[in-house]
Amino acid sequence: MTAAIEVRGLRKSFGDQLVLDGIDLTVAQGTIFSLLGPNGAGKTTVVKILSTLVTADSGEIRIDGTELTAAPDTIRAAIGVTGQFSAVDGLLTGEENLRLMADLHHLGRAAGQQRAATLLEQFDLVEAAKKPVMTYSGGMKRRLDLAMTLVGDPRIIFLDEPTTGLDPRSRHSMWQIIRQLVSGGVTVFLTTQYLEEADQLADRIAVLDHGRLVAQGTAEELKRLVPGGHVRLRFTSPGELELAARVLPSGVPDASALVLQVPNDGRVQSLRELLARIDDASLEVDELTVHTPDLDDVFFAVTGHSTLDEKATTR
Amino acid sequence: MSTTTPTIRPLADTATMLRRNLRHQQRYPSMTLSTLISPVIMLLLFGFVFGKTFQAGIGGGGFDYLDFLVPGLLLVTMGSGTVSTAVAVCTDMTEGIVARFRTMAIFRPSVLTGHVIGSLLQTLVSVALLIGVALLMGFRPTATFGEWLPATALIIGTSIALTWMAVALGLTSKTPEAASNVVLPFSLILPFLSSTFVPIESMPSGIRWFAEYQPYTPIIETLRGLLIGTPYQASDGWLAAAWCVAITAGGYLWSRRSYNRGTAA
Repeated sequence: MTAAIEVRGLRKSFGDQLVLDGIDLTVAQGTIFSLLGPNGAGKTTVVKILSTLVTADSGEIRIDGTELTAAPDTIRAAIGVTGQFSAVDGLLTGEENLRLMADLHHLGRAAGQQRAATLLEQFDLVEAAKKPVMTYSGGMKRRLDLAMTLVGDPRIIFLDEPTTGLDPRSRHSMWQIIRQLVSGGVTVFLTTQYLEEADQLADRIAVLDHGRLVAQGTAEELKRLVPGGHVRLRFTSPGELELAARVLPSGVPDASALVLQVPNDGRVQSLRELLARIDDASLEVDELTVHTPDLDDVFFAVTGHSTLDEKATTR
Repeated sequence: MSTTTPTIRPLADTATMLRRNLRHQQRYPSMTLSTLISPVIMLLLFGFVFGKTFQAGIGGGGFDYLDFLVPGLLLVTMGSGTVSTAVAVCTDMTEGIVARFRTMAIFRPSVLTGHVIGSLLQTLVSVALLIGVALLMGFRPTATFGEWLPATALIIGTSIALTWMAVALGLTSKTPEAASNVVLPFSLILPFLSSTFVPIESMPSGIRWFAEYQPYTPIIETLRGLLIGTPYQASDGWLAAAWCVAITAGGYLWSRRSYNRGTAA
């Protein structure tokens, strides 16, 4: 079976800034592939190139078995794109937006009307159908955006940070919609800065950092790269912190914050052991927080720097 | 695997985009209204308020100042249409939906042709409005049907040319404010430094030289000759037509290049 997306040696610079430095990836048909990375990693550039918006400097891209540069329109007919910034027409109503897409796909009047009605229903937009999109909430705009992408029944869908800026409820309903799409045989290429999102949805995850893929695999494989989580213990005085650091030698102290970061996988048993040692030494802990592995930890494990550092150095 | 090349339908897609732009004009009427009304205000201002002084200033000349003025104001009307076109195009390019259009297998220039036809219709409506108000004010064109025909063709041709130029300027502007400034030569400077309001013989020599050779003057002279029967040379007509073709071609090529820049065309 042909891969839905196949990329070899993709490179792109804007001016003298190298944005993508040799990307290789393969996405099997009917799966969700997630490109994970912090702001400025180059995720959007990858989506723009794969969706024919921007040309690559070099590299080989095949989508649905077709060479991208040879027949961009063939690829455009096979894909659907929902970008990071809502690609809806604010002056038109929700229904008019869908009809606009139907017209551009030459569905014909009756079929277009039918398709718009079905999608409005499916995306819970029936009530808002006759209102201008300007008045929609962020979550409604995203749903309409995705609905517009689906009018042409694309086989491959690109979603660039589909849930960034959404409230938790809208995020979960978006995840539900994405799962339904894939169960219908569609391939989804998704970018996100949330490990949880990639974890929830993706069959395969690739971590993008400074324009390079630094890790690739299933969510399980990536988590194995992360050495568990940690427990943060906050103390009230430097003396107490010093004492704690002696009792718990695996911990990393932060003197200015009066915090000791102790590696811990967060299981009840290991927490109980930790608490017992704290009790034995009569340590006075002001605050205890348990951290499970997150994107920051994955980043730290595969790149040696955290996502926060990343933002600080790229801006 | 179905790797069929999609069929591209230029007319259907242009019609779809035109419908979209006409809805925009209807939903966001303030721009549309100012485009329609500002030429009429100019007409009232120069026709009523300053008219007598201007008529005396250009020595009567055996014709009415209003008749002299209207053909020139037609160019002012077409010129001021460039503002709303450039702003609309520039605003559109900042919208995510145009990025969506670029990722679809549609007739690629349809985003632009939709804007051009939509703006053209708007300009022609405001030209008609201007002529209507002028007629009410006492504008009496002497043109026969055989003269109205080429005059109308020239009005449409000039509108197409200015609209394509406005689309190109809108595409290359970074913000809508910049877009409304960058069309200033077409909307304000060229109309004033031409024979719109006064015969160019009455201008200071440097400006007169500019007014003589800039594109609006031969177009105005031709329209004036056709509509109110002032003497004009056939060469003015050909020059006017040549300017229209040149500006259209330049605006179209520039627009196409800006729209496709950096993408897989």
